[in-house]
Amino acid sequence: MARAVTNQRKAMNTFFAWALGLLIFFPILWTILTSFKTEAQAISDPPIFFFFDWTLENYKAVLERSDYAKFLWNSIFIAGGSTLLGIIIAVPAAWSMAFVPSKRTKDILLWMLSTKMLPAVGVLYPIYLICIELGVLDSRIALVFILMLINLPIIVWMLYTYFKEIPVDILEAARMDGASLRDEIIHVLTPMAIPGIASTVLLNVILAWNEAFWTLNLTAADAAPLTAFIASYSSPEGLFFAKLSAASTMAIAPILIMGWFSQKQLVRGLTFGAVK
Amino acid sequence: MATQHSRSAACMMMAPAVVLLLGWMLVPLIMTLFFSFKKYLPLRGDSLSDGLEWVGFLNYERFISSGSFWPSVQTTLIIVLSVLIITVTLGVLLALLLDQPMWGQGVVRILVIAPFFVMPTVSALVWKNMFMDPINGILAHLWKFFGAEPVLWLSEASLPSIIIIVSWQWLPFATLILLTAIQSLDSEQLEASEIDGAPKLKRFWHIILPHLSRSITIVILIQTIFVLAVFAEIFVTTGGAFGTKTLTYLIFQRVLDSQNIGLGSAGGVYAIILANIVAIFLMRIVGKNLDA
Repeated sequence: MARAVTNQRKAMNTFFAWALGLLIFFPILWTILTSFKTEAQAISDPPIFFFFDWTLENYKAVLERSDYAKFLWNSIFIAGGSTLLGIIIAVPAAWSMAFVPSKRTKDILLWMLSTKMLPAVGVLYPIYLICIELGVLDSRIALVFILMLINLPIIVWMLYTYFKEIPVDILEAARMDGASLRDEIIHVLTPMAIPGIASTVLLNVILAWNEAFWTLNLTAADAAPLTAFIASYSSPEGLFFAKLSAASTMAIAPILIMGWFSQKQLVRGLTFGAVK
Repeated sequence: MATQHSRSAACMMMAPAVVLLLGWMLVPLIMTLFFSFKKYLPLRGDSLSDGLEWVGFLNYERFISSGSFWPSVQTTLIIVLSVLIITVTLGVLLALLLDQPMWGQGVVRILVIAPFFVMPTVSALVWKNMFMDPINGILAHLWKFFGAEPVLWLSEASLPSIIIIVSWQWLPFATLILLTAIQSLDSEQLEASEIDGAPKLKRFWHIILPHLSRSITIVILIQTIFVLAVFAEIFVTTGGAFGTKTLTYLIFQRVLDSQNIGLGSAGGVYAIILANIVAIFLMRIVGKNLDA
């Protein structure tokens, strides 16, 4: 039975929760609103909230910057590529850990997790040097690999926790029917694993899209994604709030939408299955 | 039971992930250790091919005895501790509130979680310009509205500013995880205590908080690891000036700005040790959970 709640109490809760929610969301809301203002209105005193001349000028201005498309493409390429590669490598690993566990499985999982704890700055120069030696500094390929490696432990963990929930009996039955390992994976496991894989992909794209240590330090003109594009606005000249807002809105919008879909998976993925 | 055949297949399937992560961990780590014992200043003509001079623990001593080391450790600790206190306290309160019956719960949840998905460079820039700018920022308008002198946030209150930005980014994470934990609390247990007439504060203290303790620990550990490594927020806002140079940022400057690889690598080893101390506790909890 649900606890009986008076409407008055419910109204109070609603009021406070909405007030706090809007307060926390306000910086994002303000950025989105400002992106539709003119530069003069963007800095007007007192601030204008809704009653300004809505304009798409800023979006046009940002899109017309010849290089915007390149930054966007780099973000898509790096986030998508590293996720795809990570999934390809992690699915077999997580599969074998979930269905053919051995005494070492737990140790391997924990060890993988421990690689995630390595502070990036501690290995910055070696990675920098390796990239120079291989001639891949400021290339998308290098970032695809690095972000894949950074997030691989999370991908393996998430997939592992999902695969664990698939009933083993079904695999046993398939084996009894003479299914080979390949059949098992393609016809039995994959259909059941798709939802888990999809949420893992979602979370990983978010993490890779927002990664801002390696993308800032290992890219320059060629491979810089949106994180670096936005950072280039940090030394402004003249009026720029509205354009900054438009650029920011475009950089965060796709991820905000994806993020809202992956709330539940986020908890599982970021706590390594410790909170579900 | 798994057959011998499927066992070896399982090993094969695990191999790529294990080998890659092993390489990712060991190669740079060994290089960092190697450089940390060498004098390596590429701008002054030191190069790997000519061989580097072995200097023993000199880099380690110099990194610690340099004037910027202890302030950077202090800055790091202040940022980490403040962010933890703010996000965990507010996170618990927010989670309790969001758990209550209300209209539009799903929408509020979405509003609260949103900051977590904003890329660090965007949130740093938005806060720096549109909120903390002393002339045109929202906060300046607000201060003026109340007749107060606008604060020069990023130069005169630089550390609190960074803490505000980072807390704003991590509050959603804490809230989301604590809310998930609260929702898993047995409602019968709560009802029983309600019928017993236990006062609200007591109920919170004796039932809800103990139930949350494990989740709070996990939030603390994970956030510590990420906040220790905060980079973009400082890079974009103050560039390490005005007393906001953290250990991470100091090492970054040693390595990439002043190109003192030996010294920076020694600093990197310190950072790795620091992160590992935190990591050990996190791994224990996660490991225990794996058995259950």
